[in-house]
Amino acid sequence: MDPASLPDAVKAHPRLGQWLDIGTDGGVRAYSGKVDIGQGISHALRLIVAEELCLPPQRIEMQPASTRCSPDEAVTSGSLSVQHSGAALRCAAAHMRETCRHTLALRHGVAPDAVTLAEGVFRVDGQGLAVDYAALVDAQMLAGAIDPAHGRMAQDAAACHRDSQRPDIAAKVFGEFTFIQDMELPGMCHGRVFRPRTLTAELDPTAAQRLVERLRTSDGILAVPCDGVLIGVIALSEYALARAARQVARAEASDGLWSGRADVPTADGVVAWLKSQPLESSVVLERADGGVSDGTERGTLYRAEYDRAYLQHASVGLCCAIGQWTGGGQDLAVWSHSQGIFNLRRDLALAFGVREAQVQVSHAEGAGCYGHNGADDVAFDAAWLARAALGRPVRALWSRADEMGQAPMGPAMAVAIEARVGPDGVLQSWQQDVWSQGHGTRPGRGATPSLLGAWQTASPFPVPLAVNAALAAGGGSQRNAVPPYDIASLRVLNHRVLAMPLRVSALRALGAHANVFAAESFMDEIAAQQSMDPLAFRLAQLQRAEDARAVAVLTEVARLADWGGSRPATEGWGRGLAYARYKNTGAYCAVVVELVVQASVRLQRIWIAADMGRVVHPDGARNQLEGGAIQAASWTLCEAAQFDPSGIRSTDWESYPILRFRDVPQVQIALLERPDHASVGAGECTAGPVAGAIANAIADATGIRMRSMPFTAERLMQQALAQADG
Amino acid sequence: MAQAIRFHLNGQDVTVQAPHDQSLLDCLRSTCGLKATRLGCGLGQCGACKVLLGDRAVAACDTPMEAVAGQHVTTLEGLGTRAAPHPLQTAFFEVQAMQCGFCTSGMIMTAAALLRRNPHPSQDDIRRALDDNLCRCGIHNRVVQAVARAAG
Repeated sequence: MDPASLPDAVKAHPRLGQWLDIGTDGGVRAYSGKVDIGQGISHALRLIVAEELCLPPQRIEMQPASTRCSPDEAVTSGSLSVQHSGAALRCAAAHMRETCRHTLALRHGVAPDAVTLAEGVFRVDGQGLAVDYAALVDAQMLAGAIDPAHGRMAQDAAACHRDSQRPDIAAKVFGEFTFIQDMELPGMCHGRVFRPRTLTAELDPTAAQRLVERLRTSDGILAVPCDGVLIGVIALSEYALARAARQVARAEASDGLWSGRADVPTADGVVAWLKSQPLESSVVLERADGGVSDGTERGTLYRAEYDRAYLQHASVGLCCAIGQWTGGGQDLAVWSHSQGIFNLRRDLALAFGVREAQVQVSHAEGAGCYGHNGADDVAFDAAWLARAALGRPVRALWSRADEMGQAPMGPAMAVAIEARVGPDGVLQSWQQDVWSQGHGTRPGRGATPSLLGAWQTASPFPVPLAVNAALAAGGGSQRNAVPPYDIASLRVLNHRVLAMPLRVSALRALGAHANVFAAESFMDEIAAQQSMDPLAFRLAQLQRAEDARAVAVLTEVARLADWGGSRPATEGWGRGLAYARYKNTGAYCAVVVELVVQASVRLQRIWIAADMGRVVHPDGARNQLEGGAIQAASWTLCEAAQFDPSGIRSTDWESYPILRFRDVPQVQIALLERPDHASVGAGECTAGPVAGAIANAIADATGIRMRSMPFTAERLMQQALAQADG
Repeated sequence: MAQAIRFHLNGQDVTVQAPHDQSLLDCLRSTCGLKATRLGCGLGQCGACKVLLGDRAVAACDTPMEAVAGQHVTTLEGLGTRAAPHPLQTAFFEVQAMQCGFCTSGMIMTAAALLRRNPHPSQDDIRRALDDNLCRCGIHNRVVQAVARAAG
């Protein structure tokens, strides 16, 4: 056995019983710390276990994640669930299968290879008996450590269920599925926390007192707990709570409950603001001669700057949690759609001054989650409210305005690139500078709780500044800041902005969206200057043996999209190409976008070619690739958070429009399957290439080079005029 | 003050006590215990709470109970069952037309209203009908495909 080959999650949770055991119906129960956040991951994990155990997928019961019984696998993020939890479950299942085989072989005095397995039933050659997992797995086996050195046995029947369908989908189309928003516990009441719209605001005690007295005497109100700048309401019904919310809104409009201004940039001054703040600059990567020009190199120097706006999560569902204190107020149970139930448990314990062992967090599915949203914060709200509910469970639900105005935003970014191209059309040097706040303020990682409400009580914890993970762990703003091409001289710098007037944190793909947009736009700008085809120019920088998978996705997407084929006569028609390998270590993804520019941009078609190694559930992978592409198209074309010193102003769907049915292009996908390579995630790899390909298609259609996202009709006009003047 | 309101819900005659400013959405979820209709914004902007009022798809969050008196209301629970599924339910399952599925109920009800007034819609008709239903997961194309399949 080679301990180095153990997946990290198995090193942390080495016993078989921490991953798998036998259910009451004789099927296999599987435990994962990764959770369903709309991506259907539990089905992919189920298929991995089913494949290793040679069992039909319906015999694998994925257990809902809970701090009580699941392995701690930190956060469900970064397109890592199949890569991490999948590898662990594959390892655990192979161990269970082979341990069962050996047990049976020993029992009958035969060699292990005389034991065959099909459809979950073991048979010994030449003997009539058939034994299933339930008859072979025992407590001793479950307590044993997982040995990773188990290969597939040639005599087993191959089980392939990769085309099977997610079981939750039927429940959802028949209205049987219980989202966390639909859960009801005995005695449950309904609560909401009302709070200011900036992190520095103060409460007007006189106005608050007037409001609280009115609320306390309103019908259906159980309690009105107050602490610091927080005003809580616990009601018997959602109806009573909605009435209370209208009272609070009226009081805020007439008396101004909270005041305090945030030192935010102006709408068109974000890039200047990012660069003028205190910065923590660091070298992400430096190689060869450092890319610093001494003015004597041959070739041509190019330079350009790009940026993106602050983005909002804007899930269609509302953040929700249920909290309940039992044991005389000593023990806290929380139901949450958090991406990281163990991290949430840790921060709840810190916030409420109890031991982690006193807190249990159980995962319940919410609406789609695309990064660090308000799920953890509303869990604090539910727990905080429940302290005033005398042992009753309290359901806390954010409003649409909370959802948009209180959750962290995805940080704005500015990216400057300078590159030199030799007379042979090959990139010689590349310097990329990134300015952005950190992309992480997630719970569970600091000395103090990272939960909104914990910063707003009478004895508040400090607001942590957003940080970036190390590049080896995926990075934050520097994610994909290193271009994927063969460039002799490379220098990449990250400038972390040390200010956070409004909350920011992780949004799907983190820095990859803006970094790939910048690099891939720049590649096209250089190609145009060099009079080279964008595909040919990229392929010229991908000549190493290790570039073969990159070349394959680029070539495949070009074939799919008939790149280089005839151009339709449609006015304003254009197409663009872009490529990236997500995180420089994950999925290879190339994209072609076809669009028409009139007053605004209308996407027509998107082609995606992706190589994610071994694909577990092709339909799920395609779904994630397409969904990621459409969301990224929405960010790129439509989205920019609006704010002023009083807080975020874009707090509904009219002020924060996203892509709609009539705007969504046709999408065609090619999966380049590599069964001999490790599986990597699908959900985020399209984000950067889609943004770059849209910008390049607009330039192809109109000559207008959009360097600032989003590409709204207004920005398009501004840039057209600026280029005409320039 | 609460008032008694009588209407037809998923084929059954019901009478509920509804406060004067209660929305149909709150009544469905809290009073009637039908949770498939979901709250997304409470502003009539996202379509997650679409139900059929007669043959029309309406936002239940934006529909006062007074407007429901004497009317036929259909929610996802009343559209079809596993034993007798509505063609849209079959098609959404076959196409696996969701990621998180939170907005699915509103989309199916909007599509059901479309198929009642236009049994053979074009792709453009489908996209137009669903334009007020928001989806953040990016499932739009599969939904259009599912509705087209249900229409036959």
